[in-house]
Parts: sequence; structure tokens; C-alpha cells
Amino acid sequence: MTQQHKRQSDTKMVPVPSHSIVPERDVDKRPVLETRHLGVEFGGLKAVEDFNLTIGQTEIAGLIGPNGAGKTTVFNLLTKVYQPTTGVVILDGKDTAGMNAVQANKLGIARTFQNIRLFGNMTVEENVRIGLHNQVKYGMFSGIFRLPAYWKQEKKQHEKALELLSIFDMQGMAQYRAGSLPYGAQRRLEIVRALATHPKLLLLDEPAAGMNPHETEELMENIIKIRDRFQIAVMLIEHDMNLVMGICEGICVLNYGRIIAKGTASEIQQNPTVIEAYLGKRKEGRA
Amino acid sequence: MSMSMRKKRAIGGLVTYLMVIAAYLVCQYLLATGGMTRSLRGQLVPICVWVVMAVSLNLVVGVSGELSLGHAGFMSVGAFSGIVASGWMLGAFQLENEVVRLLLSMIVGGVFAGIAGVLIGIPVLRLRGDYLAIVTLAFGEIIRNVINCLYISIDQGRLHFAFNDSNIPGELLVSGPKGGVGIDTIATFGMGFTLILFTLFVVQNLVNSRSGRAIMATRDSRIAAESVGINITKYKMMAFVTSAVLAGMAGALYGLNFSTVAASKFKFDTSILVLVFVVLGGIGSIRGSIIAATLLTILPEVLRAFSDYRMLVYAVVLIVVMLATNSPFLSVRLQRVKALLRRRNTNPGKEGEAA
Ligand SMILES: Nc1ncnc2c1ncn2[C@@H]1O[C@H](COP(=O)(O)OP(=O)(O)OP(=O)(O)O)[C@@H](O)[C@H]1O
Ligand SMILES: [Mg+2]
Repeated sequence: MTQQHKRQSDTKMVPVPSHSIVPERDVDKRPVLETRHLGVEFGGLKAVEDFNLTIGQTEIAGLIGPNGAGKTTVFNLLTKVYQPTTGVVILDGKDTAGMNAVQANKLGIARTFQNIRLFGNMTVEENVRIGLHNQVKYGMFSGIFRLPAYWKQEKKQHEKALELLSIFDMQGMAQYRAGSLPYGAQRRLEIVRALATHPKLLLLDEPAAGMNPHETEELMENIIKIRDRFQIAVMLIEHDMNLVMGICEGICVLNYGRIIAKGTASEIQQNPTVIEAYLGKRKEGRA
Repeated sequence: MSMSMRKKRAIGGLVTYLMVIAAYLVCQYLLATGGMTRSLRGQLVPICVWVVMAVSLNLVVGVSGELSLGHAGFMSVGAFSGIVASGWMLGAFQLENEVVRLLLSMIVGGVFAGIAGVLIGIPVLRLRGDYLAIVTLAFGEIIRNVINCLYISIDQGRLHFAFNDSNIPGELLVSGPKGGVGIDTIATFGMGFTLILFTLFVVQNLVNSRSGRAIMATRDSRIAAESVGINITKYKMMAFVTSAVLAGMAGALYGLNFSTVAASKFKFDTSILVLVFVVLGGIGSIRGSIIAATLLTILPEVLRAFSDYRMLVYAVVLIVVMLATNSPFLSVRLQRVKALLRRRNTNPGKEGEAA
């Protein structure tokens, strides 16, 4: 605890070396996410180092970088799957030091997974209902003895679940087994499940992976729709540059665990360091 | 179009109730017409007990995905606290009504077993991995050894406790290695049947509720469950303690079915036997647990006639039970068991890395 405080006061003395990429409409509001000098080590390997980022309340942000750059690790740090070895994560104005993944979710951060983690043997609707766990509640005894709270809240869960599924036009699939859905639909269901937790910041780890160009197009529209409707921030990791350049207002480029560039789509596309990181990586890959 | 999964599950639950009720009616008919052998009649209450044991263990193993090797320990706690409670109610309050006394004793057995479940669960269920299996195994053995040394008597309505010392005033209720002695055998088949229905009611309703979905979520993916704000420890505890309470109630019924019950009845083999019921019936399948527990309890009795071939027939029936309860998804189920075993053998930290 004291160590955490010390770190935080340390960080205050060093100015964060970046210009803010928060969109203009969010500038005078408190950022939904702020990280300072965030880093994690795995047995000597610095997977993420000195990661500084600010995300505005209704921003769509992109996190890109070559394979193994540490993008998923950043998500794991933000959602408290991993505890950072250095730095702080401030979510909606609150320091998350010492919190676990459950507390982080309750604070307003929700995510999807690069390798889909649905509850495959349960139905689509049940997956969303599990996302609603802390939104529509009743106790164990009401559940076992079918007290009025059970009937009332189950109905509410059902209605909310269908309403959320309708974002992706998936109401018709509500009773299907989640594991039997096609790949693209599973990715969309993961987004719905995350949204069900009523987040302020939604993290999407390669949401378009495995989708065809048409599905990706629709996904782009839907991400914007979600942002507008729920007034939340979205941060996404994606290798599909059309998607990233198409909808992300601020983009952050990661390479070997470090941020090598931050800026708008056009700034990033012209940045020589970024071009080199990507081309260099590609050459390596071919060799 | 195929039926929705929810409807299928609701009908499945109903079928299980009907199956149990039908079996009860058949037994009642056979009892009334004298079509049941003496030895089988003696098995009626134990069958109910083992069914409840299997279904409750399935809540831990199948629904919450944790391995428990000490289910007989909770049964034992329930049995001895139930025996003492019954003796005390009779001695101190002259409670003659057997049904009320049996019911109250079962509740006492359930409460004590539930407390044991909380005490074990709190330190262990916070950890990831197979610690529960190890600790429950140890718990089963410890409780057996403790009861082996325990003497409890009742004298003018007051209970006396002693350790390794049989010189206590009054009439002994629990007598060390001999276990429960001079028990007033008030257990009935009707109460056994009621306990099965109660167990089905609790387990099936729990599974089909918010808490049950949370329990299954922690089983299917710990990381995903945490990511939507589900407190893993809380829901693992819920399944574990509920299961312990039901096992304690079954234990009390079992204890009050015989005039003497030794602690050695509840040893490690008994825990494994219940696990065998669960695995043969299909992990996660409540109806399978009921069928497997019933058949495997009756079988040794029925096969006494062919004593030479008993083990052979037993083996064949085991295979048939497995096929019957698992088909037509035999391969799928076997894969699930394999996956379960594989998961237990690999490093539990692995899931974290792959996030
Ligand atoms: N739990 C862990 N233990 C050890 N090393 C880890 C762990 N998690 C991640 N790493 C390492 O951190 C580095 C970054 O991995 P990460 O998964 O974050 O990359 P990524 O940018 O998401 O890549 P991709 O585009 O392939 O998904 C890799 O070298 C990986 O091996
Ligand atoms: Mg990744």
C-alpha cells in the first residue's frame, strides 16, 4: 500500500512525456482512463514499459502494434488480470492499485478476449445474463425458493438481455448454444456480454479477427453506435488497419512493450518510426 | 426447429422429479404387496441417502467444477450430530414424535456439516488449483479420527462430552470407536424420499438461477467470470457449502437408520464410492447420479445369490450403467471427463497466461 503511494508520488515529479490525444469534446471532462508509467515484468522480460495513456469519456481509441508487442498485456493490466510492477492505472478518477479484476469491472471496465472466452455450453441469452450479474440482482434463497424477487428480476434480466442482443440483431439466436455460433457471432456476443456489465470503458481485443469484410464493416458501424448510445469510451486492439484508421480518434502504437507513437490516424500513417516497426517486422517474418 | 435449450432443461428437470416419484410409488406398491425381499427393504433408506450424496457431490464436481474427495466427511458430521441431536431431544425434551425429531435431527446434521463446509471452504476456495481435493481428503480422515476418540453421553437431559475417556455420566450416545450406539432408529423411507425431492428442488432451482449461472461461469472460465464482475470465491463457496449441508442431512438420515454406526463407515472409500456414482452417472448430470447411485447400491444385494460370479456381473453392470446413462453422447461425455482430468493434471496458472 505504502509502496503504491510512493510510486504515485514519484510519478508526479516526472511530467508524462506525451501530448494528450483526447478528442476535443472530452477535453474538459475527467478522462475515463489514465495510466502513468505503467509496466509489468515477467521474470525479467519487460512485457510493457512506461505506458502512459489518457482516454476521454466518449473516445474511440486504438491500440496497435506488431505481434507480441504487448497489446493484450496492456488490457490485462487495465482489467487487473495482472498486477503492474510499476506505475498506476486510474479508472474514472480512482486509483486501481491493489484491486482485483472483479473490482475493476465494478468500477466500469469491461472487455472481450482475443481467444474467445464465452460460456460455450450455455445459451446466448444466459451468457448475456451472466454479464448482467451485478446489474439485475437477487439472492440465492430467492433463486432456490422462487420468491417474488426471482420472478421479477428474471423477467428483467430476460428483457435487458434481449435489448442488448438487439444491438447486433441477435435476439433470434437467444436460445442457441453459445458455442455453436459462427465465429463472428461469438465475437459479437462477447461484446454484448461485456456491455451488459454497464461499463464506462469497453476494451475490445481484436474484435474483427476471423470476420469477413462485410462483417467488419458492420462491426465498425456498431462500435460507433454503441459509443453514441451508451456514451462510453471504447479502446480496441486490431490488426485490420481499415477498421483502426476508419473509426479510432486516437491511436497508440506499441512495439516491444513501449509506446512508439501516439496521434490521429493520419499522423500515425505518416510516422516513420511506425512504418519502420511494421515493415521491419514484416521482413523478419518472411526471413 | 429444435426445442430451445431452456425448454429442454425445464422438461429434463421435470422428468427427473417424475422418475423419482414413480420409483417411490413402485416401491410402495411392492412393499404393500409383499413383493420386496427383506434385504432389499433394508436398502431403501440407504438408497435414498446415497442418491442425495451423489446429487449433492455433483453440485461441487459437475456444476462448480471442483474436485472434492471428502464428501463422506460431511456425511459423518451430519450423522453424528444428528444422532446426538435426536438423543438429546428425546432425553431433554421427551420429544416422542419421531417424524418431527427426525426432521429436526436432519436439520441439525445439515447445519453442522454446513459449518464444517464454511470452515474448510474459506481458506481453500480462495486458492486456484487442486487444493480442495487435498484438503477435503484430509478433512475426511481427520473427522473420522476425531469421532473415533469422541464420547458423548446424556444424563438427565444434559449432554456430556469427553475425549478418549468413556467415564462420563449417563447413557452413551457416541462411544469412541464403536461410534453411535443405542440409536433410536427413526429413519423412514418416506423421509428419504422427501429428502431426495428436497435435494432435487434445491440443486435444480439453484442451477437455474442467477447464482447457479454464476457458479457455472466460474467453472467454465475463471477469467471471463471475473471480467464480468463475478466473485469466484463467493460462488464456489455457495456450491460447496450447499453440497455439504445436503450431505449432512443425508448423513443424519443414515445415522438414524441403524442401531449402531461407527465412524469407520465414513472413510475415504466412501467418498470415492460417491464420486464413482457421479462419474458413472455423468459429471453434471443429476438424473445420471440418481440412477447410478440407486443401481450400484442395490446391485451387491441382488448379486448375493450368484456369489461366485458376483464381481464379474458387477463389472458388466458397471459398464452397462455407464453406457445407459451416457449414450448417445458417450464419446462427448468421455471427452469431458478426459478434459476434466487433463485440466486437473496441468498447471492451473496456465489460463492466466493465455488471457
Ligand atoms: N503471463 C505471462 N508470462 C510470461 N510472459 C508473458 C505473459 N503474458 C504475456 N507475456 C509475453 O509478453 C509479450 C507480449 O504479449 P501480448 O500477448 O501482450 O502480445 P500482443 O501484442 O497482444 O500480441 P498479438 O498481436 O500476437 O496478440 C509476449 O512476449 C508474451 O510472451
Ligand atoms: Mg494479443
